[in-house]
Amino acid sequence: MNTLLILSYLIGSVTFVVGLKMLSHPDTARKGNLVAAFGMLIAILATIFLYGHHGDDYSTKLLWIFGGIAIGTIAGWITAMRVEMTKMPELVCLFNGMGGACAALIGLMEYGANVGNTMSLATIIAGMIIGSISFSGSIVAFLKLNGTMNKPIRLPYYNIINSIVMVSVIAMAVWVVMTGQPESMAYALFGLAVIYGLLFVFPIGGADMPVVISLLNSFTGLAAAFGGFLYDNQVMLTGGILVGSAGTILTLAMCKAMNRPLSNVIFGAFGGGAAGGAGQDIEGSIKDISIYDTAVLCNYANKVTIVPGYGLAVAQAQHIIHELEKTLEANGVEVKYAIHPVAGRMPGHMNVLLAESNVAYEKLVEMDDINPEFPNTDVVIVVGANDVVNPAAKTDPSSPIFGMPILDVEQAKHIIVNKRSMNAGYAGIDNHLFYNPKTSMLFGDAKDVLTKLVAELKAM
Amino acid sequence: MEIFSFLAEHIEMVYIVILSIFVGVELIEKVPAVLHTPLMSGANAIHGVVIVGAIIVMLHIDVNNTVGMVLGFLAVILGTLNVVGGFVVTDRMLEMFGKKKKK
Repeated sequence: MNTLLILSYLIGSVTFVVGLKMLSHPDTARKGNLVAAFGMLIAILATIFLYGHHGDDYSTKLLWIFGGIAIGTIAGWITAMRVEMTKMPELVCLFNGMGGACAALIGLMEYGANVGNTMSLATIIAGMIIGSISFSGSIVAFLKLNGTMNKPIRLPYYNIINSIVMVSVIAMAVWVVMTGQPESMAYALFGLAVIYGLLFVFPIGGADMPVVISLLNSFTGLAAAFGGFLYDNQVMLTGGILVGSAGTILTLAMCKAMNRPLSNVIFGAFGGGAAGGAGQDIEGSIKDISIYDTAVLCNYANKVTIVPGYGLAVAQAQHIIHELEKTLEANGVEVKYAIHPVAGRMPGHMNVLLAESNVAYEKLVEMDDINPEFPNTDVVIVVGANDVVNPAAKTDPSSPIFGMPILDVEQAKHIIVNKRSMNAGYAGIDNHLFYNPKTSMLFGDAKDVLTKLVAELKAM
Repeated sequence: MEIFSFLAEHIEMVYIVILSIFVGVELIEKVPAVLHTPLMSGANAIHGVVIVGAIIVMLHIDVNNTVGMVLGFLAVILGTLNVVGGFVVTDRMLEMFGKKKKK
């Protein structure tokens, strides 16, 4: 291999490590992303010009390669620049799927030439299968996140069916590799792996998609790493494995913040386990509050804390909530946001959303810092959050969320909960907070209700 | 066993794999929850390195192999989407954090 090429790959690998390192600190994160992007550019250009192995058709191939890169760059750039920040998780998911598909296609193309070499075939097939699963799984996750597919699809006995399909994928892969089947079998295997990817994500609820994306993200990393093995290519190997291991840790961190084991997310135990959460009978009744009364309550409060949740993101109410904050502040009320680590079910997602609507950084207070402040808070407004304020996490050992850290909103003087309906939260369990005598329910679409609330406050 | 001789032949690669796993774990463990989303997005862009594989296939495939060329072309497009889209979207997310800090 060309010395310059080896050197370029070394630079690429180092920038990935340094980039990831910088990405994990708030101050250096943006630079870290650019560092990794720069390393990627070097690795790509070095491969195109220094890899060698090209015959007389080099110029034709260059034309095709640069054509593909041009199309991908323009399309990727435009989509990424235009997307609204609320839609960003699904876009990340879509890009992840593209990477998976790329890995799968490489496998399909390499298969034919490597029949007879068992170890190469094994590497090719492993990369192809993982890439295909990541591809089709990401597409389903994307459709779920953007609302096209809004209910989990659960075939009867889906866990059994999925296991059977998974076992057949593995069995077929072993057979294809060991016996060196013709190329058509590789295509069949590709199809089967795509089907498995679909079945894998179908039964998982929309709220769990961030965990799934993170998992599929590490899958694609793994697929890239297999490519690295196949070509003895260090930059693919380091990049792929880094993402594979970092992605796995990130997935586990997300699950931990939700206090659920990963297996629980994947095999969807919440659907069946929900009944267990109703261990305690709920006493008391639900109390409604009008928009006018809410406005009065907030206007004469000294301290208001807003608890944003997934519902806020769904209703796209992040701009109007900032409007509410400004209106209240203008009337002399102190306003803060209490951010639960998994608010929005995507760690950090809420911060990005609120930052986009220009909410000041110091107004976003993390759970551990805001919890001691709740006893001195006059009004807490919960918008589209549910499980993260459910006291059952502390008091009811039979609850599925028992043990999850929560925001202690019930210590505030008044609690106003904005929800669309009395439907249980995504964990499928009742929330005692709603029956608390200090709690009032403000029903309606978050954006709608908040707009009216701001109008009411401005009229005062 | 074929697998052992394969591993012995690729021993540097095996080292890279094992060490990279530890580096990846080590890098992520101390990340504040706020940065999980951008980090995931950044990692997403990095595995776009798979495009290098797509380019390698394109370089050694026969130009007259139409199916292969089309698949390779597609793979290059998809890989580029992953890389460019991934880095740009991460940058946009992190831009929000920067903006916030200045105020």
